[in-house]
Formats: sequence, structure tokens, C-alpha cells
Amino acid sequence: MVKTLRIDDQDVSAGTDDTILQVAQDNAIFIPTLCNLEGLKPVGACRLCLVEVEGYRGLAPACVTRVEEGMQIYTQSERLQTYRRMILEMLFVEGNHVCAVCVSNGTCELQALAQRLGMDHSHLEYRNPAKSVDVSHYRFGVDHNRCILCARCVRVCDEIEGAHTWDLLGRGIQSQVITDLNRPWGESKTCTSCGKCVQVCPTGALFKKSKAVAEMEKEHEFLPYLNTIREVRSNG
Amino acid sequence: MDHEEFLQIGEQERRRQAEYRHHIHVCMAAGCLSSQSDKIKTALETEVEAHGESGHCLVKGVGCMGLCGNGPLVAVPSEDVLYQGVTTEDAPDIVKNLGKGPIRHKHCPTDIPFFKSQHKIVLENCGRIDPERIEDYMAVGGYQAFMRVLTELMPIGVINEVTRSGLRGRGGAGYPTGLKLSTVARSEGTTKYVVCNGDEGDPGAFMDRSVMEGDPHRVIEGMAIAAYAVGAHHGYIYVRAEYPLAIERLNKAIRQAQKAGILGQNIFGTNFDFSLEIRLGAGAFVCGEETALLASIEGRRGSPRPRPPYPAAKGLWGCPTLINNVETFANVPAILRNGGDWFAKIGTKKSKGTKVFALSGKVKNIGLIEVPMGITLEEIIYDMGGGIPDGRRFKAVQTGGPSGGCIPADHLGTSVDYESLSELGSIMGSGGMIVMDDGSSMVEVARYFMEFCMSESCGKCVPCRVGTALMYDLLTKIAQGHANQSDLQQLETLCDMVRSTSLCGLGQSAPNPVMSTLRFFREEYLEKLADTELVKE
Repeated sequence: MVKTLRIDDQDVSAGTDDTILQVAQDNAIFIPTLCNLEGLKPVGACRLCLVEVEGYRGLAPACVTRVEEGMQIYTQSERLQTYRRMILEMLFVEGNHVCAVCVSNGTCELQALAQRLGMDHSHLEYRNPAKSVDVSHYRFGVDHNRCILCARCVRVCDEIEGAHTWDLLGRGIQSQVITDLNRPWGESKTCTSCGKCVQVCPTGALFKKSKAVAEMEKEHEFLPYLNTIREVRSNG
Repeated sequence: MDHEEFLQIGEQERRRQAEYRHHIHVCMAAGCLSSQSDKIKTALETEVEAHGESGHCLVKGVGCMGLCGNGPLVAVPSEDVLYQGVTTEDAPDIVKNLGKGPIRHKHCPTDIPFFKSQHKIVLENCGRIDPERIEDYMAVGGYQAFMRVLTELMPIGVINEVTRSGLRGRGGAGYPTGLKLSTVARSEGTTKYVVCNGDEGDPGAFMDRSVMEGDPHRVIEGMAIAAYAVGAHHGYIYVRAEYPLAIERLNKAIRQAQKAGILGQNIFGTNFDFSLEIRLGAGAFVCGEETALLASIEGRRGSPRPRPPYPAAKGLWGCPTLINNVETFANVPAILRNGGDWFAKIGTKKSKGTKVFALSGKVKNIGLIEVPMGITLEEIIYDMGGGIPDGRRFKAVQTGGPSGGCIPADHLGTSVDYESLSELGSIMGSGGMIVMDDGSSMVEVARYFMEFCMSESCGKCVPCRVGTALMYDLLTKIAQGHANQSDLQQLETLCDMVRSTSLCGLGQSAPNPVMSTLRFFREEYLEKLADTELVKE
């Protein structure tokens, strides 16, 4: 079964189970997102992919909203642009993101989105929280200053690697990702050192040791691997 | 157990109680217990025995009698007498004066509006029966509605009755209960669940706690009836661990009901099976949000997920799940006993029945009340609540906790119903009602609730996680007098953004206390701005 709908002023067709985000991506319509990654379960957490759907009371997260016949979706309204920029600003002020000294400078999804959405400075006050860095693992490190809590690492470790080394600790603004029961990463009994978490991290929060500024390039063969998983799942 | 046996238990209990000439009820709910009402009960029992009245006078521990602020409360229902502020030293006098009129200095009049204006449905047994004895519940007709439902009605009949009653969810959002029942009933799946949300967490709210402590069997009966209606055979009551007494009494009630064959297999000789378990919340407010609550029952981190799919379609372990608040379930037995039409006659056009409120703050009569929908805030605060103490002036009433708002004096004529309260930027909420006098700073009130939301945000979505912290920072800045116009403007921008973009109800409603205080008390914010002078010019 195929459904037809309209995104902005473009008529598109979609599979019954497709999400708005998938259809948009298939049709080269840009909807920003940070927590979503093909192959991992969508969580609708970053709220960057919110879109307006005619007849809906509130905004709909494109990553988890399934398409319906005859839907009219707007992805670029003034209001959405404002909200998206504010979400990005929030991510920047919540942590300590200093691109100039970051291993992921130039390859960071947060940085790229900020540039694309025209966020050139923050209207919000920087919170400058005291956050820690854990480099106890022999190959990898985690810098909580750069973590945006998208939980991709948590999901890839659980859903793909099956180790569930990563999880979340605490609540609200105090949340952070942890390994095992908040033990240093290097002491983790469950971590297989596969490095998937490092590859899916959208920022420089998870990195390979021995990488200097702007050297932390992702190995893109990891990402097609995730796509395959998705295809396998939908066929099975 | 067959019908005869079942009815006989109630009848026997009624006869047993009628043999006593005098009845003394001692409140054994958390409020009065914290003032040692258990010792008062022991003292009364000792005194009764000393007078050789053991066979003539029944001392009974009961649930909340309502006027919590004046506890510990002791009632002599046979003489329509209520005592307030009772101590163990009063026990001899109380027993001595049985049948001779009340002792003056502890007497609490029961003809005041606080009691007279109430309309008790949910609380009809609260303060009357011993919550720890199933026989006492049966003596007042308990479980009869469930028995009749199982033996005389089809599930659709139950759903129709609830739909006709117009009952809406008492957790705050007011979703039509009948519609929810029929959605779960129609959802595909052989395994379905019924879940009771007893994770009451709003500051100043203690309605559900009182119901669970004072009449636990009623909650069980409501859930069992609902389970039959939707085709569920297993249920969970999710209670916050901070309510140990409610947990203890619910556990006891479940065991008693199992023993009596009211829970279990082939209930009342029919082919209906239903079992019930308790799950404890571990201190997270967000677990009151239904999808987070379900995640918590499943043993996962209690964080919400986007809806749809709604729990009615995909809930516990992916199965269709009926999830309702304690008070909603507690209404169900009465609706099935008296009929949906009876219920629909109470209340307003769109909000039927009654609502239990926890009245607290700067008001003379503090406690638990059940009032018909449509009553005005003024009646509640001035007539029932007795007005503001210490000669102070009323300033605002907060309803709906951290998701609600503050209603000022010029809107006291507002009818208490779902629509009227949300028009004022507040919500009905679960029933917390905090009265504030002219000594309260509304900026501080907003800041208090924002601090609550900030520390209770689960941290999953960005707007709620970061937005509540930023709004709290701005409110602190304003309260300290360091803020200026642009900060206030930013606060309002954040309110709109967090409300529109957050994932769950917690974030979406977190700005409400700020927005409502800004709407009605804007001058208090302006007074605190550092550059106010500039604005005036």
C-alpha cells in the first residue's frame, strides 16, 4: 500500500509504515535531527525534527510520526525555525562546546546543524557546568562537556552490540551517560570495546584516543552497517 | 464463593456492628497518624475496657474524615459528634460522655459548610469503614456492583454505563473514561492490562493517598469492574513508595480479596479471572506520566515516550492497557451501582460528578473535600475553607500543582470544571488546591514550581531538560532583582517554546505556573526588574 501526502509544497508518496522523516529524506526535503539515526530505535528526544501537520493540535516529531493519507506537512515555518534554533542554543549552553579545541571540529553534527540553521550566537545564557572527562578506557574517551544526551550510544550498545554498557544516570539537567553502574569506562566488565558508540556519537563527546583537534573523523562504514540492520529488520 | 455466601458476610458484619450501642471512630489516615492517633485509639480501647463497655462500645480505626488540619479527629457517629485536636488525655472524657452529649472543649461542629457542602461519592466510605477489614467494606455494599456486573452485564453494558455517566479522567487531563474503556476493549490483543496510577506527586496533593488509605477495596473494585469491561485479567496499582501506609493497606486489601475469591480465578462462580499486583514508584515525579509509569512497571528507566501509540493500543509490554487515576477508578463502583444517569445529574454540562480536592495553604479549614463539579472557587475557599486566617487578604489559589496556575481574587466566581479552569490558564489537575494570602510573592511561587519541574524533568528531551533549568535561572535572577526587561522577554519566549516542543505533559505544562502568574500578577515581575524605572518613563 502506498500513501500520498504533501510536504511543504511538494506532493510525495510513501510506504504505509514510513515516518514523516523517512519520506522527507527520500525526497531530499531537509528536516534537522540529532538523536535520530537510521537503524536505531527512534526516541523523539531532541525535538529538532518537529513539524507542523494540518489538523494536529500540537507539533509532531517527524522521526516517530507515521504518515497518513492526504497529510499536509509543513517543515520550514518561521515558528519551527525559531524553535529549532532555540533547541540548538539550548544544547550549546547546557554543555561546554568549544569547537576550536574539539576533536570533532569540522565533523560534528551539532556544529554542522548550527551552521546550516544560522545559529551564529546564543541568546541564552551559558550555564558553564562543571563536567567530567573519563579517559580510563584504553582506546576511547568520553567528554561529558560535549555530550548532548541523544542516547545514540546507549541505543547502539543495547540494540546492535547487545552489550548495554551505556545507560543514563540522574534526571533533568543533571543527566549523564554512564558505563556499567557508573564505573569508569576502563573498568567496565560489559564493554566489548567495539567502538560503535564512538562512531554514532554526533559530537566529540565520544572519541578515539590519540586524536587531536579536528582529527576525529567517523568511519562511515559503520553507518551503512546500521542501515543494513534496518533493512534486514523490515524484511524480516 | 456464591452470591448467598457473599451477601451473608456483609449482613453478618452489619449485625455484628449493630450490637454495639456506641461507636467511636478514630482517624487512622497518614495525617492524624502522624499526630499519634494510633495511641489515642489504644487509649480509647483501654478506657472502654476499664468501664466494662467492651461489649457495648466499638472503637474502630477509619480512613480520612476530611478536616486534616484540625486532627487528630475522633468521631462518635452514633451521636453525630466529632472531636478535633484529640490527645490521649481526652480518652477518659470521651468514653465517659458517651450518650451524654459531646465534651465541649474538643467538640467540632459538623453542621458547618466544610462538611455540609460536600457531596461524597469517592469518599463515601472514607472515615466510616475500617479500611483494613474487607467485611466492613462489604457491610456498606462493597463489591456488590462488581458481582452484579459479572453476573448480569456484558462488558459493553459496563462501558455504556460509564459512558452515559460522563465520567472524565480525574488525573487532570479529563479524558472521557467511557471512551478510553471502549478503545481498550476494541484494541486487538488477547492479553490486556489495567493499571491504576497512584503516583500522586503534586506538591500539596493528598487526595489519592487518602482514598487508597481510607477505602482501598473501592479502588480494587473499580479496577476489577474496568478489567471486566475491557477484557483484562491482570492489573497493577502503581503507588509511590512515599506512601507506605497506602501500600500496606492496599496489599492487605488485595490479600483479603484473594482469600474471599473476589480476586483470582472464576470470580463469583463466573469464568472471569482477575489478579492484581502493586508496583512501587521510586521517587520520580515523571512516573506519574502514563508512558513513563508503564516503562517503570516494566522495570525500565521511567522516562516518557512519544504518543501515539497510546497505551490503549500499545501499553504494558506492547499490550492494550487501560490506565486511570485512583479517583477515576474509585468512581466506577458507584456508577455501576447507581447508574450512569444518576452520576450524570451531578455536576455541570461537560464535567460530571464530583471532584476531591486537597485544600491547603493559607485557609482556615485544611483538609480533604469532595464537591460537586460546578461549585465556585469562592464557595470552596470562603464557605467551606472558612476564609483566610490571621486577618490577611486572599491573593491567589493554585490548582493543578506544577502543571497548573494561580487564579486571582477577581476570578473566584469561576466554576470548578475542566473547561473553566483551563480558560484561566490553570488546570483541574489531580486536585491539589493551595490557597495563598497577600504575604506570598508570586515570582517566588513560579520559581518554586519551576525548581520542582527542573529537578523532576527526566532529561530525555532538550526543551524540558534545558528549558526548565534556564527558566529557573531567569526566575532566580528576577527574584534577586538582577534581571531586566530583556530577561523577562526571554522568559516568555522560553515559556512558549518549552510548552510547544516538549515531549510529554511534564514539559508541556511546566511553563503554566509562570505564564499564569505573568498573566494575573505581571506587576510583581515588573517591580523586581532592575530597569523598571526606564520602562515607566
